[in-house]
Amino acid sequence: MLKKIRVILAALCFIAITLLFLDFTGTLHGWLGWLAKIQFLPAVLALNVAVIIGLLVLTILFGRVYCSVICPLGVFQDVVANISRKGKKGKYSYSKEIKWLRYGIWVLFVIALVAGVNAFVALLAPYSAWGRIVNNLLAPVYQWGNNLLAYFAERKGSYAFYTKEVWLKSLPVFLVAAATLVALVILAWKNGRTYCNTICPVGTTLSFFSRFAMFRPVIDTEKCKGCHGCEKHCKAACIDSSRKKIDYSRCVDCFNCIDSCKFGAIKYRFAWTRPATPAEVPATDKAVADKTAVENGRRAFLIGSAVALTGLGLKAQEITEEADTTAFEKENEGGFATIIPKKVPQRGTPLTPFGSESLKKFRNHCTACQLCVSVCPNGVLRPSKDPARFMQPEMSFERGYCRPECVKCSEVCPTGAILKITPEEKTTWKVGTAAVDYDLCIVAKGEVEECGNCARHCPVGAIKMVRKDPDETAEHPVRIPTVNEAKCIGCGACENLCPARPISAITVSGCEVHHTV
Amino acid sequence: MKKIDRREFLKKTGEGAAAVGAVALAASCAPKKTAENLAAGSGEKGPDVLETGKMELRTNPGNGDKVSLLGYGCMRFTMKKDADGNDVIDQDNVNELIDYALAHGVNYFDTSPVYLQGQSEEAVGIALARHPRNEYFIATKMSNFWSNDRSVAMKLYQDSFKYLKTDYIDYYLLHSLGRGGAEGFKARFEDNGVMDFLLAEREKGKIRQLGLSFHGNQEQFDQIMALHEKYHWDFVQIQMNYFDWKHADGKRNVNAEYLYQELDKRGIPIVIMEPLQGGRLANPVEGVVTMLKEHDPEASNASWAFKFVGSYPRILTVLSGMVYKEHLEDNLRTFMDFKPLSEAELSFLCDECAGIIADFPTVDCNDCKYCMPCPYGIDIPGIFKHYNSCVNGGLIAQSKDQEDYMKLRKAYLVSYDRAIPTLRQANHCVHCKQCVSKCPQSIAIPRELSRIDRYVEKLKQNTL
Repeated sequence: MLKKIRVILAALCFIAITLLFLDFTGTLHGWLGWLAKIQFLPAVLALNVAVIIGLLVLTILFGRVYCSVICPLGVFQDVVANISRKGKKGKYSYSKEIKWLRYGIWVLFVIALVAGVNAFVALLAPYSAWGRIVNNLLAPVYQWGNNLLAYFAERKGSYAFYTKEVWLKSLPVFLVAAATLVALVILAWKNGRTYCNTICPVGTTLSFFSRFAMFRPVIDTEKCKGCHGCEKHCKAACIDSSRKKIDYSRCVDCFNCIDSCKFGAIKYRFAWTRPATPAEVPATDKAVADKTAVENGRRAFLIGSAVALTGLGLKAQEITEEADTTAFEKENEGGFATIIPKKVPQRGTPLTPFGSESLKKFRNHCTACQLCVSVCPNGVLRPSKDPARFMQPEMSFERGYCRPECVKCSEVCPTGAILKITPEEKTTWKVGTAAVDYDLCIVAKGEVEECGNCARHCPVGAIKMVRKDPDETAEHPVRIPTVNEAKCIGCGACENLCPARPISAITVSGCEVHHTV
Repeated sequence: MKKIDRREFLKKTGEGAAAVGAVALAASCAPKKTAENLAAGSGEKGPDVLETGKMELRTNPGNGDKVSLLGYGCMRFTMKKDADGNDVIDQDNVNELIDYALAHGVNYFDTSPVYLQGQSEEAVGIALARHPRNEYFIATKMSNFWSNDRSVAMKLYQDSFKYLKTDYIDYYLLHSLGRGGAEGFKARFEDNGVMDFLLAEREKGKIRQLGLSFHGNQEQFDQIMALHEKYHWDFVQIQMNYFDWKHADGKRNVNAEYLYQELDKRGIPIVIMEPLQGGRLANPVEGVVTMLKEHDPEASNASWAFKFVGSYPRILTVLSGMVYKEHLEDNLRTFMDFKPLSEAELSFLCDECAGIIADFPTVDCNDCKYCMPCPYGIDIPGIFKHYNSCVNGGLIAQSKDQEDYMKLRKAYLVSYDRAIPTLRQANHCVHCKQCVSKCPQSIAIPRELSRIDRYVEKLKQNTL
């Protein structure tokens, strides 16, 4: 019964959170956005005290149900483990807690969090990892499916579906996501919740509380016949059935053991009673110890390979920098001029989204979950390749610009890295400043007499067209764009719509600290 | 002497062609259809005009040519991709259409060296060369738009003979006169001696009839007409349709009523282009469709426009770019056993219907693509076409407060993205104005693109 409830709740949460990353229309966020906000690390980064206390209280009361129900990465591992277990019963066995690795990583994680080594934090954080996997690997499939529907909708004259361009936002991040997925699948396939109990910093944090949980599965040593059935079904490898003990720091309350015990010896019950003195435990069986050692060795190997894979992914970043501007509209023949794809310009300071307030604050609060990247309808946000901000989103305007009416990223951010703003507020915030390169500007170069496309599209009227030659008295003098830096907000309309290619003649550089204009 | 002989010859063969067409018809379609009618036991509709009808012929007073009132405009054909991925004309399709047209009495084919990126003349030449030369009239043009250099003109002229596989051209036009005014004409044809050359060719019989096509305003038309004394225009091709009859804007173009009257006064035969105003009268605004269908539930929108121009007696032929068989069939039904419209019907079209159309802000683009390629990659005709279809379909929102605003907004934005790739949309126009001088309709293209772009922006920002 308990297990059934757990499975149903977990499935609902898992599907809903995954849909958050897939729904590019932004409609689901109004209903389900809170699911991202109750994730542990985002709540910590958002300093959302209510959620943090709520989750800790939940854990003290009922154990690590968070890991079995709320965490999408945990549920995903359960799905993988469930598939791997099909046909063969009871493949798990108890293993000892690998303390040095578990607490070592946790300490490193906390240091990284405080010191602002965000790539490391984002790499290990379970919710972010799942976000990256969905955004990079599942969303393209979802969007192709959508585009197929759009194809048929178009032929039926319906506007229900519209085509969404599928593009690779960052190869390194794609590789990290793929490597994470491969590592997780291997770990979960072999040994269930290894990641959650050795690597996951959220799991370790919650384990400090879960070991004192008020309700937890308890072995009734009277009824237990020592059949090891529960141990074989424990994907957290935390039931030492020989000693009739459960390591509550690793138990994720999946309740598999309760269902598996033929003798009804395990019950999820109130456990804050004075424990009876540990029952006499038979001396450690040598065979068990040996087996554990072998298990540990294999596990260490698997973890090692996961880390290596991730490293490879990072390395690939340097090699494949070139291949980033691949998928682009094929040249139209007959009557259409070729359009050279735009390239990312050099920016003095990177551009972070409206509502992120400052580069530093953004860096410290963003958990690189890619939720904002998933919902950005203008192709502006993409994960950064800069090691200092690795995987955290940044803005660039090759495909579109940060449109004045859109505040989607600020609505979905669960960590408070992008604070909620309104479209009206947006046009009063300055996140960057445009500057003109007159060597590239087609009017300044004399390629054409008139352009002014940047000025025509500036939503705040910050671009002033001035006479190229101030002494010219003609009725229609040649005019070149200049930026009124006091008015410019850095939305990138000018950069995106500038006819100069591949590098725009007018480009935006970020402000380290955003401010009102 | 030679000229007269040929004239006589063509007269006879013209009649012969009609007879051949009739025989071909009788042999091919007629019995089949009759059998069907019998089998179905219907027949209340009477015989199909495509089988029994006769193409309306108009006589050119200048040389006695019996020209079919429906002329084949060869500016648009279906295209396909060749092995290298280039767009090429689907020749089989062209052959089929032209055979069918000839079989039904269409005998005037109008092309130009610049149509379909230069492929039209060749395709038409291939299709027509499969028929006796005396069964049809070829019209082509001196399209020396981009250079006043004599050698360019000479090359175009000679290539026309080569591609059309002929040693004489029946109707030769100075392509698109008017916008350059008298000065432009002087530079394009007089100063470089091209006009003298063409006059000499007319004398020699290489050009049987020398005329011009006109785009421009009244002043420019008067300048061209003033040259009639000097050069004697054998025929003039004008833009005429029930909208432009009275509703031309006056600045860029002139009411067709004026053009017609001026030419009629001088007895000059008139060839009609844009009888559908670039296809827009085939799909006019909803209100007009309702009126037309109420008048005659079975008549196509386009047939009204064709009947309008065909009803004027000075018209020699009406050009229609028939891309698909159904266009051709529909037009044949109009022009075989042709019945002119009554005064009341003419007024219904050029006053009532045109009046409604004038109230809608469509762009007068007829998709000739002379403006293309835009150096900045913009799909100019595509953007106008999409916008016009939305205007005519009643899909333009007036205010964000109106009831169906969200529906109209989505329809416009989604269909815009479907019709035009993002990078080729109006917001990328830099106002370089290179297109403006190329537009035969003198559309202020950058201004119109900006107008559409502003509408799109308002939709996107919900500030309409």
